[in-house]
Amino acid sequence: MTIDLSQFHQVFFEESFEGLGLMESGLLAMDPGTVDAEEINAIFRAAHSIKGGSGTFGFDRVASFTHLMETLLDEMRDGRRPVTAEALEVLLQSVDILGEMLRAAQDGQALDEERVAKQQQALETALQANPQKQDASDAASALTADGADINGWHIVFRPLPNLMRTGNDPLRIIRELAALGELEVRGDASLLPGFDQFDPEECYLSWDMRLHADVERGQITEIFDWVEDECDLAIMPLVASEHEVVAVPETVAEVSVDEGALSSLAQEQEERRSASDDRRQEERRKTAGRRSNDPARSATAAVSSSIRVGIDKIDNLINMVGELVITQSMLSMLGENFHPGQLDKLKDGLEQMARHTRELQESVMQVRMLPISFTFSRFPRLVHDLGRQLGKKIDLKLTGESTELDKTVIEKIGDPLVHLVRNSLDHGIETPQERLAAGKLETGTIELKAFHQGGSIVIEIRDDGRGLDAERLHRKALERGIVGVDEKLSTQQIYELIFQPGFSTAEQVSDVSGRGVGMDVVRRNILELGGSIEIDSEPGRGTGMLIRLPLTLAILDGQTIAVGGEVYIIPLISIIESIQVSPEMVNLVAGRGETFKLRDEYLPIIRMHEVFGIEGYRAHDLTDGLLVVVEGEGRRYGVLVDELIGQQQVVIKSLEANYEKVDGVSGATILGDGSVALILDIPGLIRLAARDVGLQLIKKTA
Amino acid sequence: MAPKADRSMQELIKGQKRVAQYLSFSLGGEEYGVDILKVQEIREWRGARPLPNAPDFVKGVLDLRGTMVPVFDLRIRFGLAEASYDPTTVVIVLALEGDGGGQVVGAIVDAVSDVLDIDISSILSAPAMERTIGARYLQGMVTINQRMVVLLDVDRLLEPVELTELIPSEG
Repeated sequence: MTIDLSQFHQVFFEESFEGLGLMESGLLAMDPGTVDAEEINAIFRAAHSIKGGSGTFGFDRVASFTHLMETLLDEMRDGRRPVTAEALEVLLQSVDILGEMLRAAQDGQALDEERVAKQQQALETALQANPQKQDASDAASALTADGADINGWHIVFRPLPNLMRTGNDPLRIIRELAALGELEVRGDASLLPGFDQFDPEECYLSWDMRLHADVERGQITEIFDWVEDECDLAIMPLVASEHEVVAVPETVAEVSVDEGALSSLAQEQEERRSASDDRRQEERRKTAGRRSNDPARSATAAVSSSIRVGIDKIDNLINMVGELVITQSMLSMLGENFHPGQLDKLKDGLEQMARHTRELQESVMQVRMLPISFTFSRFPRLVHDLGRQLGKKIDLKLTGESTELDKTVIEKIGDPLVHLVRNSLDHGIETPQERLAAGKLETGTIELKAFHQGGSIVIEIRDDGRGLDAERLHRKALERGIVGVDEKLSTQQIYELIFQPGFSTAEQVSDVSGRGVGMDVVRRNILELGGSIEIDSEPGRGTGMLIRLPLTLAILDGQTIAVGGEVYIIPLISIIESIQVSPEMVNLVAGRGETFKLRDEYLPIIRMHEVFGIEGYRAHDLTDGLLVVVEGEGRRYGVLVDELIGQQQVVIKSLEANYEKVDGVSGATILGDGSVALILDIPGLIRLAARDVGLQLIKKTA
Repeated sequence: MAPKADRSMQELIKGQKRVAQYLSFSLGGEEYGVDILKVQEIREWRGARPLPNAPDFVKGVLDLRGTMVPVFDLRIRFGLAEASYDPTTVVIVLALEGDGGGQVVGAIVDAVSDVLDIDISSILSAPAMERTIGARYLQGMVTINQRMVVLLDVDRLLEPVELTELIPSEG
């Protein structure tokens, strides 16, 4: 049976990139000179998974490269190699190269062989540089030389209780061992609990085995390859029992379910393919062929993304669907022979149904939520590298990494955040000398915080650097003609100027930041996500950026409005206020362009019914309806509607899935009575109105 | 322009299938049919939420268990007789295979009539000039019990309308 392994590639790549992230953050957290076994273990495991996976899927280059990294890490873990800054640097660079290799394999693109070879060389040099390495390999060879005396191996295999949940079967391992030669197995059932506590999915047994065969240690460890993280294992030569226990039992505190799932999956594949090497070759050729002549396919594969969801969230969902089904069947039984006396029961049932449905909706939303650590995790490396490059000492503090955000938001907020952090590093934090001269600590601090605040997520980036120089900003704005000479601006307004297009304050353009294409793009990206950004700064004390984001893009807080017989939703975030106009507030400009005066501003009026061609509207006169003051693309407008109905949260449904983009409408939703309501896209509506009424008129009155 | 031939039609032509089922419905007094495999469901017409500034045959969107489905009035779409909405007016929900992947749309018709077993060999190619509907939307026609049924190629309904096709031909 041949199995198309490529179907698992996506999962493998995703897991590998996660592994790379883990390795990177682990390496950054390590201090030269100290050996933190837990940390090295975590890195080692990640490398090991990548190696195992890439071997299974036929990415041999990746596997052999990872193997070198693994060897280096292994020696550090065993204390055979000191943890030096150089070694860590080599490993960090190797992580980058490994990432490139994986990406190249994923997209089916050519690899920069030269760089890989160079890095491989660096790794090998690092490996050879170890004086103790020689001893180690000597010991190993001594052991193999002893092979003649060794007539077997003593294997103690103690699986962790969760071994079977990861899809591994101890029996298979024993069978494979038995295939190597005569195997003496003694089972240990002492840990078996009473029947009432017995969980059939846990493994309580352990084994003490003697393998009487002239085999190499490698052959045995290979069998245990997939389970070594899920068991305590000791392999000792049988005769030469005076030799130390070489494989140190290694307990692993946490094993993620998903990781196990993949390993078991891959292992199954491995098993089915058994040792049939030529078939593997064939597979590889097939993959290579497909990769090379089908770039379009790989491109689309990269677009369709998947999401990894915690098993608890799924269980929760299943529970709720179960509840819902029970309620539904209760209701349908009630409906079969209903008499008026059961009205209360019916009401109860419906209420229950409504509650379950709401809970279900919330849980489903939860599935799309990811912790913001997905984005935050890249910053330690960024700060490390940039700090080095700029010669600044920086302490990065991350808080609230487990705050959850919609996947789409997470993906889109990454780049703006990187930009802001780079800005803080480049412009905010001073050089150590400057800091000392200013009486501050030599090491600057950048804080990245994420937290919930009233239905939205706030991400805060704060540095203790020099702060914004209002005077210089103002001067620059004058130079660039962004503000007029006679305009009076508050300090806060001056700070806001940095969000203007083409505004860069860096005296010298560095390759870190300061090309003047930054902050306006940052703000635009955040606005596109339905969020906002605030800035505060204190000279000499630092700058803070406050980003507010909606929890999810799938739900929106809206104001329901009516025009004629139609109902629309205006996103609450676009609404400034709603007012009733009196005739003296209204100005008519050149026939059709209408404006009204709100406090000191003249705002153009958009008549909904005109723009959307709605019939039967009530507000023929401005005074008959209400004006909803909205803000879009930095300008304010008054939208004339018949009446306001209420505020509610609505679930956004796409119109484009089955139809096409409709101007002035961002989507649709289903109201409580089951009818459809369109969600207005305020910037789109403004453009539409401008086109209708005549751009000139609106411009003139503005 | 390479015609985007209907898949089931191709199968039919290759002789892999001999009989196909079509859902027949009436539009402005004439009888039409669509491949029943394209039909997802039939719903009573209960109105839809109009879309702003849409062509007149787009009657709006309706909620199909959480999905927004645009509804086209085929009578207006093909410039047939006056479109009236009465209790027999129904929406045929069709799953189309457009260029951009699958799409679900609703088609308003006067009434659904029957499910027809049509022998492939009895399908005749439709003469282009005889009808008000442009030939590009036609798959062919067939006579069943002395009634003529025009088979529509629904996958092409979403293609941009050409103005000339919307003007009813003389007579």
